[in-house]
Amino acid sequence: MDTALLLTQVLNGLQYGLLLFLLAGGLTLVFGILDVINLAHGAFFLMGAFVAAAITLTTGSFLLGILLAAIVAGLFGLILEFAIVKHLYEMDHLDQVLATFGILLCVDAAAHYIFGPAGISIPLPAWLSGSFAFAGAELPAYRVFLVVSGVAIAVGLWLLLTRTRAGILIRAAASDRTMAEVLGIETKLVFAGLFAAGALLAGLAGAFIVPITGATIGMGSQVVILAFVIIIIGGVGSMTGAFAASLIVGLIDTLGRAYLSDILKAVLPADAASAAGPAIGAILIYLVMAVMLAFRPEGLFPPVRR
Amino acid sequence: MAIETADSSAAPEAGQRSAREMSGRRLPDIGALSIAGILGAILMAGIVLEASGQLFWFDVLVRIVILAIAAVSVSFIVATAGLVSFGHAVFVGIGAYSVGIAAHHEITNGFAHLAIALGASAFFAFVTGLLALRTRGIHFIMITMAFSQVVYYVMIGLTEYGGDDGLTIYDNSEFPLLDLSDRGQLFYVAMAVLAGAILFYKLLRQSAFGLVLSSARDNEQRVRASGLDPIRHRLIVYVISAMITSLSGVLTANLTTFVSPDLMAWTRSGELLFIVTLGGLGSMIGAIAGSGAFIGLEEVLSGWTTYWHFHFGLFLIAITLFRRPIARRLGLDT
Repeated sequence: MDTALLLTQVLNGLQYGLLLFLLAGGLTLVFGILDVINLAHGAFFLMGAFVAAAITLTTGSFLLGILLAAIVAGLFGLILEFAIVKHLYEMDHLDQVLATFGILLCVDAAAHYIFGPAGISIPLPAWLSGSFAFAGAELPAYRVFLVVSGVAIAVGLWLLLTRTRAGILIRAAASDRTMAEVLGIETKLVFAGLFAAGALLAGLAGAFIVPITGATIGMGSQVVILAFVIIIIGGVGSMTGAFAASLIVGLIDTLGRAYLSDILKAVLPADAASAAGPAIGAILIYLVMAVMLAFRPEGLFPPVRR
Repeated sequence: MAIETADSSAAPEAGQRSAREMSGRRLPDIGALSIAGILGAILMAGIVLEASGQLFWFDVLVRIVILAIAAVSVSFIVATAGLVSFGHAVFVGIGAYSVGIAAHHEITNGFAHLAIALGASAFFAFVTGLLALRTRGIHFIMITMAFSQVVYYVMIGLTEYGGDDGLTIYDNSEFPLLDLSDRGQLFYVAMAVLAGAILFYKLLRQSAFGLVLSSARDNEQRVRASGLDPIRHRLIVYVISAMITSLSGVLTANLTTFVSPDLMAWTRSGELLFIVTLGGLGSMIGAIAGSGAFIGLEEVLSGWTTYWHFHFGLFLIAITLFRRPIARRLGLDT
């Protein structure tokens, strides 16, 4: 096997996994702590992508695009929390699904209205479009940039949750809301902040993916399923699980799409293999999820409850 | 009988609910009569629309009836079994693709289409149900949603059957004495399937099997303590509702003579849940009315603007936030 190509594919898989972690990590905050099933998470992703693309095209600065995408998505999350989501905490899951589905549809249609059906794609900024030579492989600079940023954000999130006062407040409010309130913690504010933080991370993920896939209508509803699969594999509510599962899903999906047709050719006739390859590659992660559910339905790292 | 006793001694809330259900059971004629009335009214509307040549509205009515077949199935498993399935559109898609793929291979026998649709949907529901039913609540919602995407992505990937662009069906399902390419006959068949499905679900709900389901929804531990296996009952009802939903897909394929993966996008499953919530969970009439309201809304809004999902989304949010307070104000809340 071509090791240089393999190395590139592994880098792609890692980068994709880290991007997915921004989504799944944000969703885990909302989900594991607020116990809200949030389809609107896809809306923040879409919003981040479109804002980043539009800002980059008008100002020419991709970094400014990323920054504004995260801020806009976070603010939108905060507004939504105050207007709609806080009423959902006490409702049952079916209501949460329907209301957040409604939010996703609204944002999707609004993006369609504002930016047109074709979406926006942007070129890579010049300083990120080069590549590094490493172990005989050409590693695209942007992928490396994403891996570095992704790791930095993951570490930052971990430090925030485990080493800061905000992290203590979040964990306190999550483990026992009533007790936290008795101790004088404004859990309402904590929850609102948490929801906004999840939205911000999703917006960031959207901004990061724009140079690769562009900003398209419907990208939010596709990605929300992926985030769900990751959360199920990792264990609902577990940040460690979300991180591990994101990398696993990113790697399996990327390598599966790259190599599955070749592997299938060893056991199937060539035309059958090239027909089945893409179809199986696309559902590989769901098969992983199925296996996980069969043997360990609580996920890789089920959170310790109380 | 053991279940009845367990139910009557349940916690106050569950006790109230079962008392309501029992009073409904003592007066079955009212529910049955109103459903018969609604179905009769749809039948009359269909006859009038077809006779007066209002073919556009007749088509809309046929779509409503076909959608209602899926909606009553979703309503049943959400309300009676307490299983919020966010993947039921996949069974509509499996039914539709059974017709499409068979017709693609020049198999036009309607019974073959039915056998493929029922078999494939039962198989998929069994396998995914076996895994998904190990969990409940949020997990179950997400897992059914994720599994429904498996079929969606497989159909997008299979270019042999049109992939993303879908597949045109050149031959309708062929049955002796029936011509499903005829809108009128398709309407009567769809009405018969809908009426049959409603009758079946009513009987199932009142049967011992249905009692186990609703008892397990209210208190799983008591049902287990009675020596019954809730998961097996749920799996069976999940498979049954999947098979009936696939009939809606078979009819959809015959109506539109076109199938595409879009039929099973997860948003379609969301629409089904919206329909049953709008009509009132568990109410068969509600599921029909919800289907009518959804297709009506879609027709009106999409005729008015391309961006109708925006208004639909607002409507969804409003329904979720305000339906309980409104129902309480009107004295409809229970």
